[in-house]
Amino acid sequence: MNAITATEFAPPAATSGPRSKALIAGVVGLAATGAGFAMDHHHFYQAYLIAYVFWASVALGSLGLMMLHHLSRGAWGLVIRRQLEAASATIPFLAVAFIPIALGMSDLYHWTDTAAVAADPILSMKAPYLNREFFLLRNVFYFLVWGVLAWRIRALSAEQDRTGDAKLFTRLQGWSAIGFLLLALTMTFASVDWVMSLDPHWFSSLYGLWFFAGTGLSALTFTILVANWLAEREPMNKVFVRSHFHDYGKLLFAFTMLWAYLSFSQMLLIWSGNLPEEITFYLPRMRGAWTAASVFLLLGHFILPFLILLSASLKQRRKRLMKVAAWLLCMRWFDIYWNVVPTLQAHHGEFHPFAGIWIDLAAVIGLGGVWIWIFWGLLAKRPLLPVNDPYLAETLGYE
Amino acid sequence: MSHGHELETSGRLYGLMAEFEDPNTLVEATSKAYERGHRKMDAYAPFPIEELAEALGSHHSRLPLMVLVGGIIGCLAGFGMQYWVNVIEYPMNIAGRPFNSWPMFIPVTFEMTILFSALTAVFGMFALCGLPTPYHPVFNNPRFSAASQDRYFLCIEADDPHFDRDETHQFLASLGPTEVTEVDH
Repeated sequence: MNAITATEFAPPAATSGPRSKALIAGVVGLAATGAGFAMDHHHFYQAYLIAYVFWASVALGSLGLMMLHHLSRGAWGLVIRRQLEAASATIPFLAVAFIPIALGMSDLYHWTDTAAVAADPILSMKAPYLNREFFLLRNVFYFLVWGVLAWRIRALSAEQDRTGDAKLFTRLQGWSAIGFLLLALTMTFASVDWVMSLDPHWFSSLYGLWFFAGTGLSALTFTILVANWLAEREPMNKVFVRSHFHDYGKLLFAFTMLWAYLSFSQMLLIWSGNLPEEITFYLPRMRGAWTAASVFLLLGHFILPFLILLSASLKQRRKRLMKVAAWLLCMRWFDIYWNVVPTLQAHHGEFHPFAGIWIDLAAVIGLGGVWIWIFWGLLAKRPLLPVNDPYLAETLGYE
Repeated sequence: MSHGHELETSGRLYGLMAEFEDPNTLVEATSKAYERGHRKMDAYAPFPIEELAEALGSHHSRLPLMVLVGGIIGCLAGFGMQYWVNVIEYPMNIAGRPFNSWPMFIPVTFEMTILFSALTAVFGMFALCGLPTPYHPVFNNPRFSAASQDRYFLCIEADDPHFDRDETHQFLASLGPTEVTEVDH
């Protein structure tokens, strides 16, 4: 393999195509979400929270995978590193996009109701943690940690592109080691704050890990979709080979199983314990109107992709793998929907799994459109390969 | 061993074996033999060579399918066993849960799936490789012990449809071996 230059791997001009499409989808989606706000602002906040958690999980998962790649030095990571870097660089946008959730706190989170908290001994006990000020402060802290990590690792990687200094390799690993630990902790707390505290009485010690596995899966599916797009065009079509996609397929398989393992473990523990304060999460989901949605989640998020991904030849076929990834990305959204909506509906005691779902869909498309628009912009700014990485030559000869 | 060659030259021939000095020549020779239509052949090397499996044309192994079937049997056996015990044979009310307390059955079902898959993989691999094989004719070539040291061998078997004693011998000799030997049963 000849010397690899940055200009050779400049992003294709065609990136502007999906970028503008994403912006159109974003504007239309957000306009529809705005209409949803005018009609039913409770539903708007629910829809926005789901969409927000979904896209944040893609960005945070990318940050996690990027650090995992620096730590493990797997050949799979180098060719998608720029994608992961671009996705994690969207964190400042996510910080801004959090504002509607902060504004809608009273609508979303029961623990913001001071009168109800005062009347409830359990919520009073939790009030030193679950209160407006501390909630906002924690979220500011999360975004600071994530933003600094993403920015630092991206900056070091950019410096490696320019200078090729061998020391940067170990510095990237050092940042990733500390960063991964910080990410795991902050994401655990964030998942409790954003989703678990929707029902402030309920608790599950597995929740953070479940969320962590989910972000990995979201990020990986999104990465496969973008990698598939890049693999069809100059210059990355010379780089991506069958075995790269085989690796992503294997990782996708592993993350699908990890998600299922953790989701199921949570359910099994609660089922075995059978304690009144814990089963409140599963009762509305395993009975009545939500039963079918739960079965669909089990089939669509685990059993179907598990059976499909068992095949080694499918994992090597880019197009087919892309379809599985696209399906799983949709299921990631549905998983978050399934985690959020019944809890919110339980406050009124009425369960309608898909009532007004158009607002939820509009929100996820709208926020996602804008997010993807920013993502493509960041991706198009730099060469698509870390041209000075010491392992690059080895990766390009990867068979 | 060494006299077998003289005694049975007209007898039961197992195959023709070519000896190579480096792995690349072996892989090349194997590909050429495959292109020529030879299927009943095997290549021997002191270490695993990935390209060799492809050169031999062994893309598809039946093993994955066997493991899948083993796994499904394990899965059904694991769940079925617990269902039979807890629902049919000895139903007990445990903390008011249904007799078919399926979430509790999943860990054992999962373990049984893995156990049956793993056992099928190990014993299926033995079966497909024809192991154990206490006797194999290739060892009748006295040079063959070098296959576990520093030599590479390709053996085209006599029951290959395209096998012809003289033609195949000439073909193998044209591939750049150090030696071509007749191997008897």
